[in-house]
Amino acid sequence: MAKTLAEINEKIKKGKAVVVTAEEIIDLVDEKGIKKAAQEVDVVTSATFGPMCSSGIYLNIGHSKPKIKLGGGKAYLNEVPVYTGIAAVDFYLGATALPDDDPRNRVHPGEFKYGGGHVIEDLVAGKDAKLVATTYATDCYPRKSLETWINLKDVNEAVLFNPRNAYQNYNVAVNLSGRVIYTYMGILQPNLGNANYCSAGQLSPLFNDPYYKTIGVGTRIFLGGGVGYVVWQGTQHNPTAPRTEKGVPRSSAGTIAVLGDLKQMSSEWLKGTSMTGYGVTLSVGIGVPIPILNEEILLYTAVKDEEILAQIVDYSEAYPQRKSGSLGEVSYAQLKSGKIAVQGKEVPTGSLSSYAKARKIASLLKDWIRKGEFLLTEPVELLPSVESGITFKPLKERPIK
Amino acid sequence: MLKKRLVLTFPQTLVEEPITYRLIKDYDLVVNILRARISREEEGRLIIEISGEKEALDKGLNYLKKIGVAIQPLAKDVRWLEDRCTHCTVCVPLCPTEAIVVDREKMEISFDKDRCIVCGACIPACPYKAVEILF
Repeated sequence: MAKTLAEINEKIKKGKAVVVTAEEIIDLVDEKGIKKAAQEVDVVTSATFGPMCSSGIYLNIGHSKPKIKLGGGKAYLNEVPVYTGIAAVDFYLGATALPDDDPRNRVHPGEFKYGGGHVIEDLVAGKDAKLVATTYATDCYPRKSLETWINLKDVNEAVLFNPRNAYQNYNVAVNLSGRVIYTYMGILQPNLGNANYCSAGQLSPLFNDPYYKTIGVGTRIFLGGGVGYVVWQGTQHNPTAPRTEKGVPRSSAGTIAVLGDLKQMSSEWLKGTSMTGYGVTLSVGIGVPIPILNEEILLYTAVKDEEILAQIVDYSEAYPQRKSGSLGEVSYAQLKSGKIAVQGKEVPTGSLSSYAKARKIASLLKDWIRKGEFLLTEPVELLPSVESGITFKPLKERPIK
Repeated sequence: MLKKRLVLTFPQTLVEEPITYRLIKDYDLVVNILRARISREEEGRLIIEISGEKEALDKGLNYLKKIGVAIQPLAKDVRWLEDRCTHCTVCVPLCPTEAIVVDREKMEISFDKDRCIVCGACIPACPYKAVEILF
């Protein structure tokens, strides 16, 4: 029996909606079967928490007296450079930005203790941030420099706008070389010393709606502890990645671009992140509600870790050199057990994505919906799926002579 | 029974001396080597957990001092900052002594200080600076 989104929202408003997490639905379907579960359940909440580099914020700080035009000048928040190439007092701060004097990897591996992601965490935690700007004067914006403390509560707009989050599947990173390597997938010990993965698997949003039949532009979500929206497909969105019979992508596939009011968010769900030898980033917590409109959608949400496969990739050679080839395929159930087999060797696993925090987000979102505080939205447009033919293309490099 | 965690530093001339053997055989002490680093150019360094009767322990440590081994208590300590930890588990495979373990049901980390040998492998691995070494 199919339901409409309006019917589900009516039930939410009355506090009568049946909401379960993407983990709980698995047992429920086992117990009651697809048909009965689809009748009973209105919403399944999915979630993820992990480092997501394509993240950042934009702020409008209001006008100083006399006025200053940051656009075309240079500005720093807590020594971290921000992008000023927009209007006078708007700027964008990216998660991976580093202070000019950070030594980077000059002495390898660099520590990358503080950068854009940490500034975002500090702002959200209510801390003051130091804004230093220099620019050129104009008749309407005469001031050339500015040094001031700013605080999230005082700025006009503060918006988290992440061009690519919540990757639908990801590589399992290993190191076949004889030396330690430092990557965005963590420290990888030589000769298959460890294997790192990064997905919440069965809880992860896009694994629960693999063909994007409910998620699209305008989907209301949990973002960083506040309310946000899916605003577009994320960059590198790759719906045509190979899939299992049940439609689950076997390698990185769909992504979402998300946006939300930073002032509502919390530093529990937005965390500055330092990857030794690699750089800084921001770990983001996202929760996506999936309306159970019919049995097909319910079936997708019942996906289990055993059925979700990821590719094992060598980050010492294959990944950096863009050589294709997987060292094998493993399930998230295997990855979460703590060890996998690669080339006949038992390799211990570690995750960059926190399953514990994803579980907490799915449960929080469930509570919001149950209490009638969070209504679901009908997407204005669904994300491009398999039939779009969209693929993730490599750079076509044309050397300039 | 007394138990101590010690850092032993010995000069190049003592590299050939079987000190662990002597401590066990001559002084009846239980010696557990936590870390060892001995190279030709450098002095040797051994981090041990040593236990035995007080008298035997005193005698054993006297023997070490007499032959020229410098003894310091293991004053370093790894501290797990639980409020910064996201329980991501990326540090887990790097811990050589299983001092950091995962409850696979909860997918949450716990830290057993007694198993920690202060090797420091978890420090650069933690993206959230949730572990630190104290001196």
